[in-house]
Amino acid sequence: MRTYFARQHYLIDYALAALLRRKTRNLGLLLVYILLVFLFASVLLLSQGLRREAAILLQDAPEITVQRLVAGRHDLLPIQDLEILRRIRGVGEVRGRLWGYYYDPVAKANYTVMAAPERNLANDRMLIGAALAGVRQLGVGDVLSLRAADGTPALFKVAEILTSTSELLSADLMLVSEAAFRTLFQLPPDRYTDATLTVRNPREANLIAQKISLALPSSRPLLRSEILRTYHAVFDWREGLTFLCLAPLLLAFLVLAWDKAAGLSPEEKREIGILKAMGWETGDILRMKLWESALLSLTAFLVGYLLAWWQVFHNGGRLFAPVLRGWSVLYPDFRLTAAVGLDQILVLLAVTTLPYMIATLIPGWRASITDPDAAMRG
Amino acid sequence: MIELHAVSKIFNQGLPNECRALREVSVRLAGGGTTVFKGPSGSGKTTLLALVGCLARPTSGRITLNGQLLSNLPERFLTEIRRHTFGFVFQQFNLIRGLTVLENVMLPAYPLGRPHPELKKAAGALLERFDLGGKVLNKVEWLSGGEAQRVALARALINDPAVIIADEPTANLDSALSCEVLALLAELATQGRTVLISSHDPLVLEAAFINRVIELRDGRILDASPEGESYAA
Repeated sequence: MRTYFARQHYLIDYALAALLRRKTRNLGLLLVYILLVFLFASVLLLSQGLRREAAILLQDAPEITVQRLVAGRHDLLPIQDLEILRRIRGVGEVRGRLWGYYYDPVAKANYTVMAAPERNLANDRMLIGAALAGVRQLGVGDVLSLRAADGTPALFKVAEILTSTSELLSADLMLVSEAAFRTLFQLPPDRYTDATLTVRNPREANLIAQKISLALPSSRPLLRSEILRTYHAVFDWREGLTFLCLAPLLLAFLVLAWDKAAGLSPEEKREIGILKAMGWETGDILRMKLWESALLSLTAFLVGYLLAWWQVFHNGGRLFAPVLRGWSVLYPDFRLTAAVGLDQILVLLAVTTLPYMIATLIPGWRASITDPDAAMRG
Repeated sequence: MIELHAVSKIFNQGLPNECRALREVSVRLAGGGTTVFKGPSGSGKTTLLALVGCLARPTSGRITLNGQLLSNLPERFLTEIRRHTFGFVFQQFNLIRGLTVLENVMLPAYPLGRPHPELKKAAGALLERFDLGGKVLNKVEWLSGGEAQRVALARALINDPAVIIADEPTANLDSALSCEVLALLAELATQGRTVLISSHDPLVLEAAFINRVIELRDGRILDASPEGESYAA
């Protein structure tokens, strides 16, 4: 066993020295390689981060959300509909929700405003998300002036900055009292934005949704699982689109790697001939070549992945965020919660390193099965 | 004992640039002593040594080492024999550029996985013996021709082979350096190793330690001095 490790140690030593001997060429390849891993890892990490945010967002969401439709468009829900929903068998708690969007021309961003009766807020108090606080440079005790639907100013004192596992959940959020919400948006007291309801047996959610459609024909019940599926489909589509755009880069890299790997220079062939003449077996040459390509590709993978990690989770994923997060809505900046999947790392590792390693091994093997004399003669 | 029976070597067989380097060569090389293969360029000296040292396979004929047939052995066994039996010194030195003198000498022992301190010590001792103790950490491309050839000799000896094969060892050296290298080869021969040299350098052919000279031309043996008889004597 000690002999085995000593041999691997010598082979790694030699592979490292071989890489350093062709410094310029290998450095160029390493930089392109790092860029490739960085771009692909950025897309994967960002879309996975967004999927995770969506999952967290919906984790505590009610099983069913009921919206009222008029002419196929969302409308306010009459308060009496809540009573109809409560009477459906299997339905647990029913709550009317008040929420909407407020466009802030100062920050040029849309905020989500929500009534939070459970917080018992005074009518001039407000809780705001961390990103929103950052954009408007607000702290606890500061006053924020909004413009109500009737044009009058509405002043709110910041009572608390929201923190949450998911930044996406709270980044652009404003929580106010129900009365303050109705005043801000001039909403009648018998109307809600929509209603949420829990079901006693989650496996019956589909059945209850059907019953809701029958009881309130002008309503649209939305299941939690459907919303999650929609999020995933959107992110998958955007991820696929981005990968498609990156495909030419991958192809260019493969051509470069193949050119580098497939065309062993006469100097490299001669070197393999010398090593064989000195008593190295074909297996030793292949192992050395494997170490050489592994050192290069794993370094590129590690550096590229860490750069992508930094870019996505500490720099707001600026590179691909507009494509993956959505480009039609203005969001206050938010930071994704760092998350990593082993399967994702393995897939990326396989896709980026295996082709290069194989491309390196084949010419190495071809040179090493040549007689040492012929290899040395070139 | 190395024996060649009707050995031929054809390069690029069947192609327009086909080249018959050796034609039906038969020769017996006893263990120990020094044999020189002489002849003009293209006579087949280097090819003959390459076949003897298992660096290439004959196109036809048989080669045996101490009775063991080499010419049809699988690559792995051939490498094993090459590693333990033969040490090579080439005309162009064939040192690996970018590596230090010490690393070049240690190189043939890497696949054996010898402990690093032990291997380093052995390589260092060989370099001391060849008066290269001060150049251990120098890159080989900084060496003079004579130094490079001595490094090549040290490298050939790191696995303690029984046979040293030196292909035109003085071709790139001046007379003084040639004498230096010949003295080292003579020392190896006196240790009981078999030394096989290809050369047409009179300095080599006239060296006192040469036991036998075999002349080649056009891939055939023209003349061979009797085994065990000193050519120069």
